[in-house]
Amino acid sequence: MKPFAYVKPVDIGAAVAAGAAPGAKFLGGGTNLVDLMREGIEQPDTVVDVTGLPLSAVDDLPNGGLRIGALVRNSDLAADRRVRARYPVLSQALLSGASGQLRNMATVGGNLLQRTRCPYFYDEASACNKRDPGSGCDALDGFNRSCAILGVSDDCIAAHPSDMCVALTALDAVVEVTGTGGTRRIPLTELHRLPGQTPHIETDLAPGDLITAVELPTATGNSAYRKVRDRASYAFALVSVAAGLQIENGAVTDIRLALGGVAPKPWRARQAEQLLAGGPADEAAFRRAAQAELASAAVRPGNAFKVALATNTIVATLRELSNEGTRR
Amino acid sequence: MVDVEVSLRVDGTDHRLTVDTRTSVLDALRERLGNTSPKKGCDHGQCGACTVLLDGRRVNSCLALAVAHDGATVVTAAGLAPAGQLHPMQACFIRHDAFQCGYCTPGQIVSAVAMLAEAAAGWPSAVTADGAGRGGGAVVLDDDEIRERMSGNLCRCAAYANIVPAVAEMARR
Amino acid sequence: MTITPRAMGVAVDRFDGAAKVRGEARYAYEQPVDRPLYLYPLTAAVATGRIADIDCGAASAEPGVVAVLTYRNATRTAAIEDGELRILQSDEVAFRGQFIGGVVAETSEIARHAVSLVRVDYEERPHDVELREGRGDLRVPREVQPIFPMDTAEGDVDAALASAPVRVDQTYTTAWNNHNPIEPHTTIATWTGDRFTFYLSTQGVNGIQAAVAALFELGPDRVRVISPYVGGAFGSKARPHADVVLAALAARLVPDRPVKFALTRQQMFSQVGYRPPTVQRVRLGADAGGRLVALAHESIEPTSKLQEFAEHSTRATPTMYAAPNRRTRQRLAALDVPTPTIMRAPGEASGMFALESAMDEMAIACGLDPIEFRIRNDAQRHPHFGLPFSSRNLVACLREGARRFGWDGRDPTPGIRRTAGWLVGTGVAAATYPVLRLPGSMATIRVGPDERYTVLIAAADIGTGTWTALSQVAADALGVRVEQIDLRIGDTAYPKASNEGGSSGITSWGSAICEAADRLRDELARHGGAVPADGLEVTAAMPENPHISRYAMHAFGAQFAEVRVHAEIGEVRVRRQLGVFAVGRVVNPKTARSQLLGGMTMGLSMALHEQSVFDPRFAQVVTQDLATYHIASNADVGAVEVHWIDEDDPYVNPMGTKGVGEIGIVGAAAAIANAVHHATGVRVRDLPITLDKLLPAA
Repeated sequence: MKPFAYVKPVDIGAAVAAGAAPGAKFLGGGTNLVDLMREGIEQPDTVVDVTGLPLSAVDDLPNGGLRIGALVRNSDLAADRRVRARYPVLSQALLSGASGQLRNMATVGGNLLQRTRCPYFYDEASACNKRDPGSGCDALDGFNRSCAILGVSDDCIAAHPSDMCVALTALDAVVEVTGTGGTRRIPLTELHRLPGQTPHIETDLAPGDLITAVELPTATGNSAYRKVRDRASYAFALVSVAAGLQIENGAVTDIRLALGGVAPKPWRARQAEQLLAGGPADEAAFRRAAQAELASAAVRPGNAFKVALATNTIVATLRELSNEGTRR
Repeated sequence: MVDVEVSLRVDGTDHRLTVDTRTSVLDALRERLGNTSPKKGCDHGQCGACTVLLDGRRVNSCLALAVAHDGATVVTAAGLAPAGQLHPMQACFIRHDAFQCGYCTPGQIVSAVAMLAEAAAGWPSAVTADGAGRGGGAVVLDDDEIRERMSGNLCRCAAYANIVPAVAEMARR
Repeated sequence: MTITPRAMGVAVDRFDGAAKVRGEARYAYEQPVDRPLYLYPLTAAVATGRIADIDCGAASAEPGVVAVLTYRNATRTAAIEDGELRILQSDEVAFRGQFIGGVVAETSEIARHAVSLVRVDYEERPHDVELREGRGDLRVPREVQPIFPMDTAEGDVDAALASAPVRVDQTYTTAWNNHNPIEPHTTIATWTGDRFTFYLSTQGVNGIQAAVAALFELGPDRVRVISPYVGGAFGSKARPHADVVLAALAARLVPDRPVKFALTRQQMFSQVGYRPPTVQRVRLGADAGGRLVALAHESIEPTSKLQEFAEHSTRATPTMYAAPNRRTRQRLAALDVPTPTIMRAPGEASGMFALESAMDEMAIACGLDPIEFRIRNDAQRHPHFGLPFSSRNLVACLREGARRFGWDGRDPTPGIRRTAGWLVGTGVAAATYPVLRLPGSMATIRVGPDERYTVLIAAADIGTGTWTALSQVAADALGVRVEQIDLRIGDTAYPKASNEGGSSGITSWGSAICEAADRLRDELARHGGAVPADGLEVTAAMPENPHISRYAMHAFGAQFAEVRVHAEIGEVRVRRQLGVFAVGRVVNPKTARSQLLGGMTMGLSMALHEQSVFDPRFAQVVTQDLATYHIASNADVGAVEVHWIDEDDPYVNPMGTKGVGEIGIVGAAAAIANAVHHATGVRVRDLPITLDKLLPAA
């Protein structure tokens, strides 16, 4: 770990100013950043600890939505009764991630900025355009079981590792960001960038931009998170599905579908949603929609199985939700 | 190298110490304070051997920077019970032979103690049935709940099938 | 002669339990030492080649750095045979990740950062890492265990196979597995003028002592090795590895200051050995009655160019089944890779996955229940050596297991049991492990007039329960209560002991202690039966076992598993495992059960999770952490039941024990693979059984 200075501002303005300095990095729960620093992948000159800021509240919004402070810990958010009642997909996604210990540390803001777990990103001796722009991508022809199949480029196939973000994406979350130029709101679907030729630029955030909150609109219908992984617990997703589904008279009136483990960003499955909206809520429709979403998949030999896996998991998740809807 | 002074209350004793900003809570405990109860298994947040209670919550102390926890209260497995005594969870682990080499064990035990409190507070897990504990009541810890909630602590000797009944015995109390 | 069990057979709580649950048992790295320094290694970034230049200027200039170690300033070590240990002796690089230097600094943070400042230029050479059948340079391994020949042949296998009415011919592969004890390999090395003191985590202090003494050309009395507690090992800590040498070389640069060195988790994947991947072909031929007429088992595995190691996956096969025509064959490819080593049940764990999967396939091909098929082919005498078994209770294990598991009435049809979207299946496999006896152990017993017995032997407790079980053995050997025993282990200051490995600990150390107890009795008799005021002390070496040439000695077992496989997604969950074992006398039912169930769970982990993915382009493991190299987590393990049958074997050793450390893993993966087949109809022949191998098309 490179030596660094440490500051802990107590108000947002000071945090933004400190974070805007060259070589500065915000520290939340530390579960990702400290690890990356130890591995030499992140090398900040200054660590700006934001955990002293007043951003740990979860508040109801007048419109029925929820405002979640950026410093709310994953475990607190997962246990929040409003989240469990209104946004079960979010609680389930949080609880399927990491471990009890890590969820106690990890913050919402930090989770949004979690970096990929591609093994070549972590191995300094390997070529990785995300870690070392222009060096190449050893994952393309290497071990890419964990890598993405949608939204990838020839420069990077790293997958976004977060579970929480997949649920938030399905819920149309909006991220509140305060930067040197003031406060702005970014739909979560627009926060993360696809790799293109610049995989090292992962979000639209500028230096000093501090995520202060995430807002959820009013909940619609029932929702669920299904995570598929190589171990029963404490493992990153091979594929995950966040879905919200409302059915009336056998027809889909509201559908939200997002995928994890298959794309460089939390992936909103718009094509599948469009195919499903207004149509029948049956197995064949679910499968057609899933297949359409995966039609553009660009696979490597090591992750080609994710097409079938994602398709089957989407179908299983939607079927489960539709059965629940029917039961209720 | 940037040195900073921090205060930590560890297992009931206050300490003032100088650390590198890079020093983790785990290394501060082990290398500076000589408290080797929390173990270093991976230094990555991937095994749980370093689990301590940090201000009352179970965390991976390898991923916590000491400088960021100035003034914190830390409880390790050595501080769960007074010197020379055993916390009931520790007694359960011995009775069920819920460990072999013992290296992951302090982390397992701290994790288990914290996990019971989390369940008592109604916190759900990935296997909690929808709605359980939502009303504020405790979550009932069956074997699958214990397995899931203890999965952040790897045991390579694979004493899991003894850890679960050890924790279950405590959960019943 | 056998000893009378009084303390043995009692489920005593672990003596070291209280210290371990509080975290107050101090492992090697945790020993208090004055003014320690910290070592962080510099590792090679190329697979093969030589170091063209190495610039340590920036690292040396870093405040807090005390020494930078490279081949240029390292102590020249003796040209011993084990190339794995001959590090920093030249500019050569033998594998990616190999130690090529290190930084010694006042703190671990400084040392690690300073290593990142060292610049190394390489002249890279092409590397050769391809394991395949057609290689022209495959070679027969040297025999590591002379009593188990690498290649065996009996009868005419090809003719018997050709004429057999029922045949199975399949290839099975097992993955590169890493031991990954949760305590990484750790060392504190101190050089004080003319001698070394080591605290380190090892399965055998004497092996470390011998290696260091040889490398540095010192008398063994000038190398003290203390291994207080060991945080898991599984074979990686059996033989000395390069980490010990690097710590020793660093200590030589900074006399009188203890050098602390702990491998990172990543380094654990290249520095301390691994179970090599295997490619195994099994051919079985059976007659119409379901009796094997031919059995051929061939395996190829990689080893390193530095040092040979053979996993010996075919070793168990000539012990198992009574086919009149048999052949086993073992071949190695020496590659530019780190050196593999023993890992829990080396040979049996990988080999019995192949053999017992094939046996399941053959049972199905014969239309026989897999338990019945195994019973029909059980060997009465050792098929290769022709000797009677000292005891063989494979059939009893299978029958008792079937009864406990609820096997009767099992419908063999695959893929027809479904519950809530999950396919359910059950499987069985046999297990075996030889009763190994390692040479070289000695024990000292001292007794004072207070009738307390101090037993000294440089044995190890790697979590196996040695402290407890060996004290029970000593109590019965002496005919006293276990509370009268004060057992001291883990220090070269005590009489030398063989490694803890190959389930040989109780056999080897216990036999030495029994011999010492006999001597002590003789001494006591000479003193009229009373302990003199200044006490008595005897030392004895482990005697030969006269029965070894007359009997084949093996433990056996039967493994059962019930699995669920998600019909759409392919996830596998092992809901239930049952193991029934015939392992001779069980010294401590509590700790023995833990070893067996730990082995079974490690077998589950091997079956479903474990794979060090090797990237041939760079000749290194890319899954080098515990997030990408999965070992079973708590949630992966269902109900695990362990039983043993009463087995009285007067030939194996005075305790009647056969060892329990290895056999729990043997056959566990095959039982799970067989259950997966029963659940789904899909036969997975390459481990691990990941969901993509069971995933239906979209």
